[in-house]
Amino acid sequence: MSEQAQENTMASTKQSALGKWTRRGFISAGALAGGGLIVGVALRRGDRRDQVAELVAEDGDTLLSMWVKIDEAGKITAIVPHSEMGQGAQTVLTQMLADEMDANWADVGFVEAPAEDEYANGPLGKGYLLAGAEIPAALMATVDGAMHQAAKALVQQITGGSLSIRATGVAGMRVAGAAARDMMIKAAAGTWQVPESELTTSNSMVIHRASNRVASYAELASAAAKFEPSNKPTLKKPEQFTLMGKDLPRHDIPSKVTGEAMFGIDAQLPGMHYAAIRQAPVFGAKVKSFDAADTKAQPGVTHVVDLGDAIAVVATSYWTAERAIRAVDIQWTTTENDAVSSQSIRQQFRADLAKAHTEGSSSPDVEAGDVSSAFATAAQVIEATYEVPFLAHACMEPMNATARFTNGQCEVWTGTQNPLGARHEVAAALELDLADVVLHQHFMGGGFGRRSQNDASIQAARIARDTGMPVKLIWSRAEDTQHDFYRPSVASQFRAALDSDGQVLAWDNIYHEKHEPAEAPVIPYNVAAQHIHYTESSTHVPFGAWRSVDHSQHGFFTEAFFDEVAEAADKDPYLLRRELLMDKPRHRKLLDLAAEKAGWDQPVGEGRGRGISLQESFGTLVAQVVEVTVDQGDVSVDRVVLAVDPGFAVSPDGLTAQMESGVIYGLSAAMYGEINIEEGRVSQSAFANYPVVRMQDAPTIETHIVNSGEAWGGAGEPGTPGIAPALANAIYQATGTRIRQLPVSRYDLNYRVNEPEELI
Amino acid sequence: MITFRLNGTEQSLDVDPSMPLLWAIRENLGLTGTKFGCGQAQCGACTVHLNGAAIRSCVTPVAAAQGSEVTTIEGLAASEGELHPLQQAWIDEQAPQCGYCQSGQIMSAAALLATNPNPDDAAIDAAMSGNICRCGMYQRIRKSIKRAAGSEAVVGVFDPQAATEEVKHV
Repeated sequence: MSEQAQENTMASTKQSALGKWTRRGFISAGALAGGGLIVGVALRRGDRRDQVAELVAEDGDTLLSMWVKIDEAGKITAIVPHSEMGQGAQTVLTQMLADEMDANWADVGFVEAPAEDEYANGPLGKGYLLAGAEIPAALMATVDGAMHQAAKALVQQITGGSLSIRATGVAGMRVAGAAARDMMIKAAAGTWQVPESELTTSNSMVIHRASNRVASYAELASAAAKFEPSNKPTLKKPEQFTLMGKDLPRHDIPSKVTGEAMFGIDAQLPGMHYAAIRQAPVFGAKVKSFDAADTKAQPGVTHVVDLGDAIAVVATSYWTAERAIRAVDIQWTTTENDAVSSQSIRQQFRADLAKAHTEGSSSPDVEAGDVSSAFATAAQVIEATYEVPFLAHACMEPMNATARFTNGQCEVWTGTQNPLGARHEVAAALELDLADVVLHQHFMGGGFGRRSQNDASIQAARIARDTGMPVKLIWSRAEDTQHDFYRPSVASQFRAALDSDGQVLAWDNIYHEKHEPAEAPVIPYNVAAQHIHYTESSTHVPFGAWRSVDHSQHGFFTEAFFDEVAEAADKDPYLLRRELLMDKPRHRKLLDLAAEKAGWDQPVGEGRGRGISLQESFGTLVAQVVEVTVDQGDVSVDRVVLAVDPGFAVSPDGLTAQMESGVIYGLSAAMYGEINIEEGRVSQSAFANYPVVRMQDAPTIETHIVNSGEAWGGAGEPGTPGIAPALANAIYQATGTRIRQLPVSRYDLNYRVNEPEELI
Repeated sequence: MITFRLNGTEQSLDVDPSMPLLWAIRENLGLTGTKFGCGQAQCGACTVHLNGAAIRSCVTPVAAAQGSEVTTIEGLAASEGELHPLQQAWIDEQAPQCGYCQSGQIMSAAALLATNPNPDDAAIDAAMSGNICRCGMYQRIRKSIKRAAGSEAVVGVFDPQAATEEVKHV
């Protein structure tokens, strides 16, 4: 075994133990993009590539790099380490690779990377993750901590964090495409004995104009694969792009209009049975006892499985299983959280925030200037407390997984944002070697962060093992709503100090529940004295990443409170933002564009309101102007004008679609979204009591794209955080009611009020 | 034994007559384009046509299909290998994201166009209000419906009642 091969084998061995990544393994996996840690696989020659080649290459294929393969017929296949949940990442990543490669788009397809460690994309480099965001010094420790966490969680293959384009695409796909092109040129130069500098590429061909010779990539593939791929190939400049920046039809769409697209729930196995489940209603409770005598006697029911914190009924049809489980009498253990309610949780938040204030026990995000003296000398001080409820993801496709356990090996069919994590988690739960777990990835009927958790896959695997038959587990809508990993309920308290001229002197904000991104509560505005800090106030309600994560609450808090500051300063909320963005021309330009396109200077009319917000998240700036009509207390959202600057829009229509989607997702939450806790458990159970925006509620959304040329940002999440504050600000203009708590449906907007105190 | 025509082919099933049509289509007949979303007729993912009308198959007992014509997304196009104008419009507008709700959306839209070939916004709202899209693609769905509305083929969607009435007129 060569030294190289030995090193790689060691790295590979080290990867297989969950969480045990060594520095060597880390670097070995991430040496691609000149210091970038993201790539997940090395382009170096050696056994690692051969190992993956077995997984993705068919006979006659030549593997050029870990990210692209080309067959003898000239078909080029990108190997995309991200899952598809409708965000279009697989198409757009392929587009990035094909452009750098100068491939003929008609010959290019993709496969989703197999759930192998070689494709782990967990170690997200700090630079990519933050994408040039300005991070206050006080936050850096937190950011470093988060990166450490990410490194520890390396055995993941996650689609999330709006990272596909800005991390995998920029550091992986473009580099791999350019390297592949480079190898083709080297192969042609060698064959024709001409200098590389005389060769050009176009439409999957290398061209030597001087001698009028042309060779296709298909012809050159075998020769090209003998060359060492460059790990620093020259990337195109934007003006050289042929595919990036163009709207190409998404590959996944045709199958989604004919019913052919296969989601996790569509997996079919010979002899398959179906499972329905009831999980402990109070998070953390266990099965104490259950009586399934009558259930087992029902025709079609084959098994009742005790999973410890859940009971599953297995039957010959899902309908039979779901009906039968309703008859199982399950007793649950009591827990210390059996009396917890939304009310008690709110009281806890307020008490913990007060305690942190009194004891000075909070941790800082931002400490700038002299906040104390600013408040002491202020002509005016305003204060407000903002709150948001827990939120469920409510994916259209309820959680489900299909599993088969034979001869000590387990196969799982599901749609997951983290297929490699699913393999590791199933292996750990069933005490199997990773090699004995196979994951068959499917389309996801919505993800939004929920499908980065693999709880249903583990349950299905355990049921399949315990019953010895292939089982498809499907959660009911109620189970899906009541056993989510929730966007946390959060309270955030603000104080602002102003002088007699309406200058904003200080911004003081304390909140609880800090997750990611670390910079979510940071404001872009030039306020000299700032104190942004947080404390702990944990609950027993499971936390999960919910589209835009911490931005989903802080976007609302900071941008809605900013309008209160503007009112105190007696200034137009758009103009005050502008004024405090003097040193941020990129932000200011985008805000101006949204205001201009929305006609900010035009009167809005009686009973109507217009609100604005600006949000930077996941490397992308979004400014939104929302117009509402409030008629007899009913809010209708008429129009959203959105300006977005992602640095560069690789797929303008794809970006537009993500903005539309992000706005509607955020609007559902802002208008109606509320998960309540009563007696330790979730009250909501269906779309009837967890309503979402429907066709007749959906506003017109106009998206305007700015390609500023700054570092490329994400698309999946940045549209979501800014809609709630812009909506709240618009409702204030229309009604005089400050929306300080979400959802809006909590408020009675029938009467014009000036300064409501506690509304609920 | 319950007998009905599914996408033009007669099917006979020996199942519990109270079982929702959704599960008969998905599990017994193996057509998985029709989706389970809520089981309570609140989201529309399970929408199919029963004698040309859009229904929620998750709450419709399979017995209700006895002797009827059931059309699913797989049988919507006039013939195999072709697309219904709505399916083409959905592609042209790049309407789906995750795609899970889209079978139901398209079936609701097809039932609408079959009786109202040029619906206005209010008619679209009314016909589509039962179909949730969590990816929020309502604007694109609306545009897709309007794009297909111009096409002649949309009125050709099977509707036995309309067909019977036509015969009567003759």
